[in-house]
Amino acid sequence: MSEVLKVEDMSVTFDLHDSEVHAVREMNFTLAEGETLAVVGESGSGKSQAFLSIMGLLAKNGRATGRAVMGDVDLIGMAPKQLDIYRGKDIAMIFQDPMTSLNPTLRVKTQLAEVLVTHRNFDKQAAIKTSIEMLERVGIPEPVKRANAYPHELSGGMRQRVMIAMSLLCQPKILIADEPTTALDVTVQAQMLDLFKKLTEDFGTALVLITHDLGVVAGIADRMMVMYGGRAVETGKTDDLFYDPRHPYTLGLLHSTPHIAKRTARLDPIQGLPPSLEHLPQGCSFNPRCAFAFDRCHAERPPLTEAGEGRQKACFYEGAMKYGEVA
Amino acid sequence: MNQMPADLLEIRDLKKTFSIAHGLFARPLTLTALEDINFTIHQGETLGIVGESGCGKSTLGRCILQLLAPDEGQVLWLGQDLTRLPAEEMRKRRQDLQIIFQDPLASLNPRMTVGEIIADPLRTLRPELDKTERRARVLKTMESVGLLPEMINRYPHEFSGGQAQRIGIARALITEPKLIVCDEPVSALDVSIQAQILNLLAELKDELGLTLIFISHNLSVVRHVSDRILVLYLGRIVELATGDEIYEDPRHPYTRALLTAVPIPDPKLARQRNIDALDGEIPSPINPPSGCTFRTRCRHARDICAQQRPPLETIEDNRLVACLRWQEIEVEEQANQPA
Repeated sequence: MSEVLKVEDMSVTFDLHDSEVHAVREMNFTLAEGETLAVVGESGSGKSQAFLSIMGLLAKNGRATGRAVMGDVDLIGMAPKQLDIYRGKDIAMIFQDPMTSLNPTLRVKTQLAEVLVTHRNFDKQAAIKTSIEMLERVGIPEPVKRANAYPHELSGGMRQRVMIAMSLLCQPKILIADEPTTALDVTVQAQMLDLFKKLTEDFGTALVLITHDLGVVAGIADRMMVMYGGRAVETGKTDDLFYDPRHPYTLGLLHSTPHIAKRTARLDPIQGLPPSLEHLPQGCSFNPRCAFAFDRCHAERPPLTEAGEGRQKACFYEGAMKYGEVA
Repeated sequence: MNQMPADLLEIRDLKKTFSIAHGLFARPLTLTALEDINFTIHQGETLGIVGESGCGKSTLGRCILQLLAPDEGQVLWLGQDLTRLPAEEMRKRRQDLQIIFQDPLASLNPRMTVGEIIADPLRTLRPELDKTERRARVLKTMESVGLLPEMINRYPHEFSGGQAQRIGIARALITEPKLIVCDEPVSALDVSIQAQILNLLAELKDELGLTLIFISHNLSVVRHVSDRILVLYLGRIVELATGDEIYEDPRHPYTRALLTAVPIPDPKLARQRNIDALDGEIPSPINPPSGCTFRTRCRHARDICAQQRPPLETIEDNRLVACLRWQEIEVEEQANQPA
C-alpha cells in the first residue's frame, strides 16, 4: 500500500507568558492508503495537538516544527492560504462536537455545497445534488429534507453524519477524526464506527482515529500509536498491542479498561496521576507511575526503538510484565 | 424460596413530567421523563441504572433523593414515603441519602477550601457537632478516600479531576449515609483515573456497608460495579435483572441491542461480534410512540406493539421485563442460532 502521510520529527510547542510547554515531541510515523490508525492517550498526552498542527489549526501561541509530508508537500509551516488548497480536499478533520464545527446560521446543504464549489469548481446546483447524494451515502434518512435543515434541527448523531459527509465530499486521502463518537450514545456510536469502516473501504481513505477508548480502537483500527506525556510510547498492529503489550503504560491502560464480557472484582489501574507537561519527570515520563521502573528509567529517557516486526516501543524494561492478578 | 435481602428503598408507580414552554402564547408541552417506575433496592447492593441520553436515568436519581418532586408515586425509604415527608423531616433524612455528581469541579464551590466543602453537610445536618469534632471527622473521611491531611486548606482548582472527585465522595460520606446515588461519577475522568475511583467506591462500599445507585451511560463500567442492573428507555423500565442475567441472557430486545453496541476492548472478539445495530435514534419524549416506546427501532415489533403498552412483568428469579413478545423472541432467536 502506498504511503499517504509521512511525519518526521514533529514537535509542537506552546508559548506561555513566561515559559513554554512542549505538547508533542519528536513524533515520527507513516500512514498508508486506506488504513486506520488509532492514536490513543489520556488528556494532555498530545494526541489532539499533534493532528491540529498537521491541519494548521494550532492556537495562536502554538508552533510546530518538523515535517508532515503528504504527496510532495510539507504541511508544517505552510501559509494558511496555501494550506487551504489541501485542507478539506486532500486532508480533512472532524471533531468531537459537531455543533461547534457547523455554522448555525446556514442550511446543511449550503455548507456542504460550499466545499465542492471551492475545491472542485462545481456549479451550485450540481454541488447541492452531490451533497444530497453524500448525505444519503452516510446513512441520513430523508436526505433532501435534512439538507434543507439547520444544524440545530438535527440530533447529535445526525450532525456527526453531516460532518462526515462534508469531510468526504472531496474524497480526501486522509481523514482525521478526533474523538468522533465520544459525545454519542452507544447505539449511535456503533452505527458511526460501522460507517467509518465502510467508508475507508469504499473510498480508500486513510483514517486517523484519535480516542481514549480502547473499546473503540479494538473494533476498527489496523494499527495504533499510544501516547504519553507528548510522545509516542508504543506503536504497532492493534492485535499485537492488545495481546502482547510491550510498554507498561499500554499494559496499564488495558488493565484500567472495564471489559463488559469479563467481570473482575477489582480493576488494576495505573497508580498516580498523568504528568503535567510543564513539569515532566526526569528520564522516562512514565517512571513515577511505572511498576517496572529501575535506575536507568529515572536518569535517561528511553527512545522509540524497533521492538519486533512492525512495532516500536520507548521503554528500557525487557522482562516479562505480570500485572497484579489479572494477567 | 430463597431468603430475600431486605429492601431499603421501594419505588412505586413513580411518574415525573416536565412542562416545556415553546413560544410566548403557545400552551406548554408536556415531556414525560419517567412513567410506571416500580422497583426495589436491597440493603447493601449496587444497583446500576443504564440507558441512553434522555432516558430519564438522572431524573430518576434525583426523584429518589427528592431533589426533584415526582408528579405521582411513592419513594419508600424503609417503609416511609419520602414524597410526603415535611421539609424539616426530609432534611434530617438527607444524612442517609447522598449524591456524587459527574463533573467534580463544577460541583465544588470554588471559594471554599476542601475542608469547608467536606464539612458543609455536617453544618446543616449535624449542627450539634463542635469545630474540633467536625475537623476530626473531615480528616478521617479525607483519609478514607485517599486525600492527604495537608490538602485540607487548599481550593478545588488546585486539584485534578480525579482528586476533585475524591473530594466529592468525601463530602457525600461525611454524614455516614446508607445510600449514595452516583450520577456518572467517572464519565469525565481519564481511563486510568476512572479505574482508581471505581476501585475506591467498591472498597468504601464493602467497608461501610453502603448501598449504591450507580447511574451511567457506560455499560462496561456499570457491569463492572453492579449487582443488579436496571435498563431504561424513554422514561420506562424495560428490564431489571442481576448483572450476569442481563449480560448473559438479556430478555428485552433493547437490552440485547444495547449490549452488542458496547465496544469491547479485545480486537478478536470485536471482529467476531455480530452487531445487532439499531436503526434510527431515540424518539422525542415529548411525542413518544404509542404502545411500546421502543417499537420504532425494534426489529421484532409487530402490530400489537403499537396498540398495547407492555406491562412490567415479573418473570423467573424476580427479574422484570417489559416486552409483549419476549417469549416469542426468545424462540425466534434460538431458531436463528446456527446449530
